[in-house]
Amino acid sequence: MVPTLFGRIQTRLFLLATVGLAVTALIVPVLPGTGDAELADLYRTAVAVLAAVAVLGVAWEFVYHALMQFRWEKDWPTLFGLLTLINEGLLVWALLALEAIPGVAVNPPAAAFWTHFLAVWLAVWLVANGPMRVPFIRWRFRGGRLV
Amino acid sequence: MHSSPPIRGDLTPELLQTSQWTDEQVSAAGIPIHDIPFVTVGGGIGSFVTVDYLRIYGVPTDRMRVLSNIDTPWETYEYLTRVSQIPRPERIRSDSSSRPDNLWGFPSYALEEAWREKRLSHLWQIATEPILNDYWTPRAGTVFRGLEREAKRISYWDMLVKGQVRMVRKRVGGGYFTILTPPDGLSETRRVAFRSQYVHLAVGYPGLKFLPDLQDFRERHRDYTRVVNAYERHEHVYEALKTRPGVVMVRGGGIVASRVLQRLMDDREEFGLQTQIVHIFRTFVTGSHGPNVFMRRKGGHGWAYQGFNYPKSVWGGQLKARMRKLEGEDRKKLYQDIGGTNTPKRRRWQQQMAKGRRENWYHAFQGMVDKVEPGPDGRLISHVRSSNGRIQQYVSDFIIDCTGLEADIAEHRVLADLLQHGGAERNPLGRLEVERHFEVKGTASGDGALYASGAATLGGYFPGVDTFLGLQIAAQEIADDLARRGFCKKMGPFRSTSQWFKWAFNKAV
Repeated sequence: MVPTLFGRIQTRLFLLATVGLAVTALIVPVLPGTGDAELADLYRTAVAVLAAVAVLGVAWEFVYHALMQFRWEKDWPTLFGLLTLINEGLLVWALLALEAIPGVAVNPPAAAFWTHFLAVWLAVWLVANGPMRVPFIRWRFRGGRLV
Repeated sequence: MHSSPPIRGDLTPELLQTSQWTDEQVSAAGIPIHDIPFVTVGGGIGSFVTVDYLRIYGVPTDRMRVLSNIDTPWETYEYLTRVSQIPRPERIRSDSSSRPDNLWGFPSYALEEAWREKRLSHLWQIATEPILNDYWTPRAGTVFRGLEREAKRISYWDMLVKGQVRMVRKRVGGGYFTILTPPDGLSETRRVAFRSQYVHLAVGYPGLKFLPDLQDFRERHRDYTRVVNAYERHEHVYEALKTRPGVVMVRGGGIVASRVLQRLMDDREEFGLQTQIVHIFRTFVTGSHGPNVFMRRKGGHGWAYQGFNYPKSVWGGQLKARMRKLEGEDRKKLYQDIGGTNTPKRRRWQQQMAKGRRENWYHAFQGMVDKVEPGPDGRLISHVRSSNGRIQQYVSDFIIDCTGLEADIAEHRVLADLLQHGGAERNPLGRLEVERHFEVKGTASGDGALYASGAATLGGYFPGVDTFLGLQIAAQEIADDLARRGFCKKMGPFRSTSQWFKWAFNKAV
C-alpha cells in the first residue's frame, strides 16, 4: 500500500468500525476459554478492545508513517501491514493485564483475546489489500483517504 | 487492388491556416461531419482505459468513438514489449493490482494467476514482496488476455473507427473538430470530421530517438544490422551470436537494458555460447544515492534500483499528494529527484550478472560515447570517454541501444498542431501542460473540454502518467470531470460494487 498519514488513520478507523465490528459480532460467542462469562460482558469487553486498537492505532500510524519516510518508495509493504499485529497485539495485551483499558467487563483469557485480535486483524488486512477497492474506486489513489 | 485516395473532401489552405473553424468552413470543404459527444484519439491502452471507465460509469457506445490506426488496444504495447524481449510468457514490470482491464484492481493479477494455475506460490510472493521476494509482476500474456476479455465486454469494437488522425481544432461555438484520414477505399472523401464536445488524446510516445552517435553511424555507413535499437526488431543479433562467438555492447541502464542482458545471458547458458558483453552506463551508480536519508534510492554495479518506473507512492501515496501541489521549478526539481534511469533488482538478474563478472564475460563501465566507427576488420569501434576524461576504445560486433530516448512531443503531428493552433502549452518538462483533471491547459472551447493522458503529459501534477495505473488514474480524473460537466453520472460505491460483479461474471456493462 502507499498510504498518506491521514489515509492510514481514516482507513484504520473505517475498517475497524465496519469489518472489525462485523468480525467481532460473529466471533465473540465462540471465543475459547471464556468459561461461564456473560455474553453481554464478553461483547462489551471485545468492543473495548477494538476501541483500544483503534485509539492506540492512531498513535501507531504516526510511528509507521515516520518509519516509512526512510523508504525510497514511500510505500508500506503488505507484509508490514500484517506483521505490525505483533507489536500492536502485545501492547493491547499488556494494557489489558495492567487493567488500563476502560470499558473492559471481564479480563479475557489469552486464548480468547488472541483469537479475537488475530481474526479481526487478518480480516481487516485482507479487505484493505483488495476488496476495499471494489466500492471505493478513489480510495487507493488518495493514499487511503475516504473523505 | 489498391485504390488511390479520393481527392474530394480534403483540408483547404483556409482550414489549415485557421485555428478555429466554423461548421460552414468544414462543410464548404466537402468534409463530411459526424456528430458524437466524445472522441478519444489513439486507440492504445490510454484510450482503452478511458472508455472502459466511461462505459462502466454508464456511457453508451453510441456516445463515444475511438479514432485509431490500430485494431486492438494492446497492439502497439505488445509490439514494443515483444521486440524488447518480453514475449507473452515473460513478465512485464508492473504491479499486480495495476490492471488496465479492471479499474478496481481487484482481484489482482497475482490472485488471478494463482487461481488459474492453482498455485499458492504467487500469493506467498505477493504477500512478502518486496521484502522476502522480488515484486510479483504479471505475464505479458495475462495482461493481453484480460484486455481482450474486457474489450469484448464493453463492446470496444463498436466504438472503434479506423484511420489516421490529422488534427484537432477548436470549433466556433464550442467543442472541437477532429479530422481523420480513413484508410484507402473506406471513404468517399479524403478526410472525415468528428464534431464533439469532448476530445481525449492518448497518442502514446511521440517517437523514439536514437543516441546521436549511433544515429550518425547508421546514416553514414548505412548499417542498420549491427547497430540496433532495443525497441526495434533485432532478433538477428541473437541468431548471429548462436552461429559464432561475438562481443555485444549494451548501452543504457534501464529495464530494457536488463531485459536485453537477460536474453544474452539466457542464450549463453542455454546454447553454451561464448558471447562477451560490454555494458556502458552514462551514469554509473555505485551504491545508495539521493539528496538525503529520506530520499535515498538503492543502487550498485552501475544500476539504480527501483521496483517500478517510479517510486511506488506516486500512484496514490505521499509523492502523488506532494506533486499535486507543486508548480514550475519546484515541480521540476521533484521530478529530477525521483527521476533517472532505473531497473528492478531481480534476484535472477543479479545472479546472472554476478556469474558474468566472475567468469569474466560481463564487463560494465561508465562512459559517454563520442563516436562509433568501423574498424579495419569490419567490427565496430566505440570511442568512450569516462568521467575522468580518459578515452578508451571498445571493439564489438553489435551495439544494442537500450536508452529509450523519447522524441519531443512536437514530433507528433496531432500534438504539434495542438501547440500551434489549439492553445496548448508546455509544462516544466516540455510536455503538454494538463490540469489536475487532465484537461489540456489553454484548449477549452466554449463548453467543450480537451483532455490528454499518457507520455505526452509527463511533467504535470501527477507523475506516473506513462504507466498502466497512471493511465487509469488519469481516466478516473477525466471521467469524474466529465461527470461534473454532466456528460455522465459520477460512480458511487453502489454502482461501483454492482459493476464489479458484472466484471467478475463477464456480463456486459
